[in-house]
Amino acid sequence: MSNKSVTRRGVLKTGAVAGAGVALPTIFTASSASAFTNEPTGGTVTLGFNVPQTGPYADEGNDELLAQQLAVEHLNGEGDGGCLNTFTSKALKGNGILGKKVTFVTGDTQTKSDAARASAKSMIEKDGAIMINGGSSSGVAVAVQGLCQEAGIIFMAGLTHANDTTGKDRKKNGFRHFFNAYMSGAALAPVLAKEMGADRRAYHLTADYNWGWTQEESIVASTEALGWETVNTVKTPLASTDFSSYIAPVLNSGADVLVLNHYGGNMVNSLTNAIQFGLLDKVANGKDFKIVVPLYSELMAAGAGENIKGVLGSMNYNWQLENEGSKAFVKSFGEKYGKPPSNSAQTCYAQVLLYADAVERAGSFNPCAVVEALEGFEFDGLGNGKTLYRAEDHQCFKDVLVVRGAQNPTNAYDTLEIVEITPVDQVTYPPDHPMFGGAEATLGECNEGA
Amino acid sequence: MDAILLQILNGLDKGSAYALIALGLTLIFGTLGVVNFAHGALFMIGAFCAVTLQRILNLSFESVDESQTDFLGNPLKVKTPYVEAWFGPEAGAVIIDWSVPLAVLFAIPIMLFVGYAMERGLIKFFYKRPHADQILVTFGLAIVLQEVIKYFFGANPIQTPPPEALRGSLDLGVMVGFDPNAIIYPIWRLVYFVFATVIIGGVFAFLQFTTFGMVVRAGMADRETVGLLGINIDRRFTIMFGIAAAVAGLAGVMYGPLNPPNYHMGMDFLVLSFVVVVVGGMGSLPGAVLAGFLLGILESFASTTWATTTIPGINQIIIYLVAIIILLTRPRGLMGRKGVMED
Amino acid sequence: MLGLDKKDTTLLIIVALLTLLAPFLLNPFPSDSAMAQFNAGYPDLMQRFVIFGIFAVGFNILFGLTGYLSFGHAAFLGIGSYSAVWMFKLFSYNVIPAIALSVIMAGLFSLLIGFISLRRSGIYFSILTLAFAQMSFALAYSVLSNPKFNLTNGETGLQVYADDPQMFHRDGLPDLPHLFGLSMRSTYTLDMGAWSFDFNAGYYLCAVIMMIVFYLAIRIFRSPFGMMLRAVKSNQQRMNYTGLNSRPYTLAAFVISGMYAGLAGGLMAAMDPLAGAERMQWTASGEVVLMTILGGTGTLIGPVLGAGFIKYFENIFSKINDSVLHGWFAFLPDGMEDFVVAVLHPFVGKGWHLTLGILFMLVVIFLPGGLVEGGTRLRNWFRGKRSGADDKPSGKTEPAE
Repeated sequence: MSNKSVTRRGVLKTGAVAGAGVALPTIFTASSASAFTNEPTGGTVTLGFNVPQTGPYADEGNDELLAQQLAVEHLNGEGDGGCLNTFTSKALKGNGILGKKVTFVTGDTQTKSDAARASAKSMIEKDGAIMINGGSSSGVAVAVQGLCQEAGIIFMAGLTHANDTTGKDRKKNGFRHFFNAYMSGAALAPVLAKEMGADRRAYHLTADYNWGWTQEESIVASTEALGWETVNTVKTPLASTDFSSYIAPVLNSGADVLVLNHYGGNMVNSLTNAIQFGLLDKVANGKDFKIVVPLYSELMAAGAGENIKGVLGSMNYNWQLENEGSKAFVKSFGEKYGKPPSNSAQTCYAQVLLYADAVERAGSFNPCAVVEALEGFEFDGLGNGKTLYRAEDHQCFKDVLVVRGAQNPTNAYDTLEIVEITPVDQVTYPPDHPMFGGAEATLGECNEGA
Repeated sequence: MDAILLQILNGLDKGSAYALIALGLTLIFGTLGVVNFAHGALFMIGAFCAVTLQRILNLSFESVDESQTDFLGNPLKVKTPYVEAWFGPEAGAVIIDWSVPLAVLFAIPIMLFVGYAMERGLIKFFYKRPHADQILVTFGLAIVLQEVIKYFFGANPIQTPPPEALRGSLDLGVMVGFDPNAIIYPIWRLVYFVFATVIIGGVFAFLQFTTFGMVVRAGMADRETVGLLGINIDRRFTIMFGIAAAVAGLAGVMYGPLNPPNYHMGMDFLVLSFVVVVVGGMGSLPGAVLAGFLLGILESFASTTWATTTIPGINQIIIYLVAIIILLTRPRGLMGRKGVMED
Repeated sequence: MLGLDKKDTTLLIIVALLTLLAPFLLNPFPSDSAMAQFNAGYPDLMQRFVIFGIFAVGFNILFGLTGYLSFGHAAFLGIGSYSAVWMFKLFSYNVIPAIALSVIMAGLFSLLIGFISLRRSGIYFSILTLAFAQMSFALAYSVLSNPKFNLTNGETGLQVYADDPQMFHRDGLPDLPHLFGLSMRSTYTLDMGAWSFDFNAGYYLCAVIMMIVFYLAIRIFRSPFGMMLRAVKSNQQRMNYTGLNSRPYTLAAFVISGMYAGLAGGLMAAMDPLAGAERMQWTASGEVVLMTILGGTGTLIGPVLGAGFIKYFENIFSKINDSVLHGWFAFLPDGMEDFVVAVLHPFVGKGWHLTLGILFMLVVIFLPGGLVEGGTRLRNWFRGKRSGADDKPSGKTEPAE
């Protein structure tokens, strides 16, 4: 620096440094050791909502975000209280969590494991989030769940349907409210057998990654148990945008049912292609050709438009459910946002309440206390009917919906109609089921970090 | 045999989209020497022209129907499109039904204008800049364009169905003597193939048989000399940019009924179309078309069960594998010219 | 110093100071203030700045010096990450062998891919590298993660499980990547009044490695080898006519930059023991190209700036949501507040891509030399202001290299 002239700025800087020097003994303190990661100390507690905001699942992430914001409002005693009025546990008073006002931070998972972990880390390290909620892919869910386990905070997965999330990759700090591929298979198979007969021949198109495989495995197992035959299982690359070359051989294969183990954009395109090839107008083996999409979501239904008419699938939740919790939630969500909630929105909403309730009942934000409060917790009034958070694998057990694309929808939101509510007993499996990592799969130890 | 024919059809169909996009990309590159990373975005904008027209045709006024209720239990608002009110319900319904073919007419002026504006407003300042800068600026533009579309239309795919008459499929096998159901093919895919052939033929005819096209070709071969002859080659190249944009846009409009458009469909095609252009040979229009169809057919064959059981995962990598083999055996792609983009 | 001239020494010292003091520099706002949203001084992001800095510096050795534009460098980053995680799974959580293996593996792969791809130049080279990288991505994402032969664990990403052998893992060592017992996650938080600063072990490991490889990059840029690479860029034909075979030089540059990428990948896995396949996708390769061009191709510091720029937007801007905006503008009258929030809304949070795209365009339109040129102009402008006419403007802008 050749500039020696005294400026106002320079003087201020010097003054600030001198001031800091004088004050050093009182303010120069390392942070006090807290009992667990991100223990909330002030009057607020921060939740992290990690959802896809860019990329193909951005709209779904946005829906999850809306639901989570609604949940925070209800926790803080704003709005109409939503499911707080119908929830069987009455620990929540609408005064935040343990008297602390609930705030939240949001992040973008981009539906990529790396980006999702980066976003979750910034919530944990920078914003002091005490739990992470949301997401729309199993890969992301497993990756972020692992991170939260290491960091010592609670993770609640959003839309994740692969068996592995609460199967071989289950974690003590991680919870899943959403249903899984096994449950889809178990719920769908009897309906399929009833509607299509027990001697069908199925052709599977499967997205070539982990979720696709677990779903294919589950559906194949449960349909074969009912007498179906599997003609072929074909893996399609994730990056595919056009499925014509996979659909074209189906009619000649001797199959009479096409099962699309696809999600999101893949499913929209493969179903559109299948309809283009006129599969549903054909007769094979003397029977009407049918298409099944085991995992449905409202956004996929919207994207697929008319093509879903009559196509069967399963869902975790649908806003047309008539129980008290569902009605309260749909009313609250609908009045605020002008549309009914999607099933991933409901999962994210329910989980925020479940977490808050567990903290209230445990009387502490300590993740291990929360885990204890959630394990084996039975509740009702959040929209799905009677639900159990199983202690052995942190999977929720509740009724599963079998739905069908409506023939004559009256508006943009009732494109799916509920065919059957499969009772929870039919979709329950032992925690050491081979599709879920077998006997070796363990939750491990609870981690409270710090 | 029927399976092979079916996959050839599929390949031609996939190849049509690749060839159309690659053709436009090569036109831009060959005339202006610009690497246009926003070309996929032009394809996407084309598809959204169809979505927009569909939305416009479906613009409706609301009337309350007391007999029905919406999801919150309030009286249902019934919508009637203006088109149906003006032209009568039947004619209106037909117009709405034919919105995709109509969108072709709607998209041509829009795409020409988009292309023209892009060239005059942005690309023109980048002729003298390194290719890397061109890539960065067009990539930035592509992101901006797709984010704008996402802002207005959301991230979810939007159906743009073909007209009722062109839905469903034809049993081509029966026509040439195979068993029924052996070769079933969707009508719209055949329409797309024919459409692509017409457009490609049109572009070639335009370059081959018009004076304008002749000058452009001369300019592609030797820009300086043509300039010295007193011809305003820049203006013609600008128009070519508009035409290239229109080709990409029309490819997008007609693609909508095959797979519903979403805001990132351009990016899905971007890398692939560059591979196609390079495999065809930089700056060669026939090369781009040939490579488009070739890769389309190979991709289709690689996705048959026979291929994937012989070599697992071949369907995932076939395009790239073929690109590597071709570039290693033919240094400038299938029909590339010497000295283009090699420095 | 260290065989560098004065200018380079200054540059190295500046980089060293910036990296070492990053926890302070990146956290300029009190942690409770509204502006804290812009603080970037938390361990994960600081690590990312440095790791992607290393990646971009390495990429620049190939692209900036030889002009060969590789569109497949993310493959080497991914290979580095996978190697490191496999090292964790099989042997121990110690990061040194893991990072060493990731550099070696990336080096081997880049030797192979470079040897083939460098048979072509220009865009043909770019497409060859792109094809190799996309193939690696497709294989890693699905083919190599089938239950029978699970090398990559697919979409979930390769991670360490409790039942992995971990032969040299002892009790008492952290169950996370560590440097001889010092966990990469261990962070010391310093509270100074309203400010809070994080000092993270992993970050400082990355920072030290970054300084070493940055120094190496300077030496490469200044060496006869570096001159030879520049000759390749300016006129390869002339070089060939003088009887020099340029291939070994470009191949060496390719392998070196591949090893830098592998190092970055290894460090990423060391900071967070999970390797996802998306790291190898073409978008990831494109990202490093953008970082380099954005920062300033062929300059030493440019790629680091570009890396920081992009990662900052990805991590900070994507987290600004409407309630944050309302918090900032709460002081405005209600109508004004809603208006301002509505105007800003499309550019933050889920719209961070839009902002990034606009900035790409602005930078490349107005600053052809990237951010470095911006810095140079700013400096010249300041000098011009202060010392008036005696500062002779140089004929051309000199990149800081």
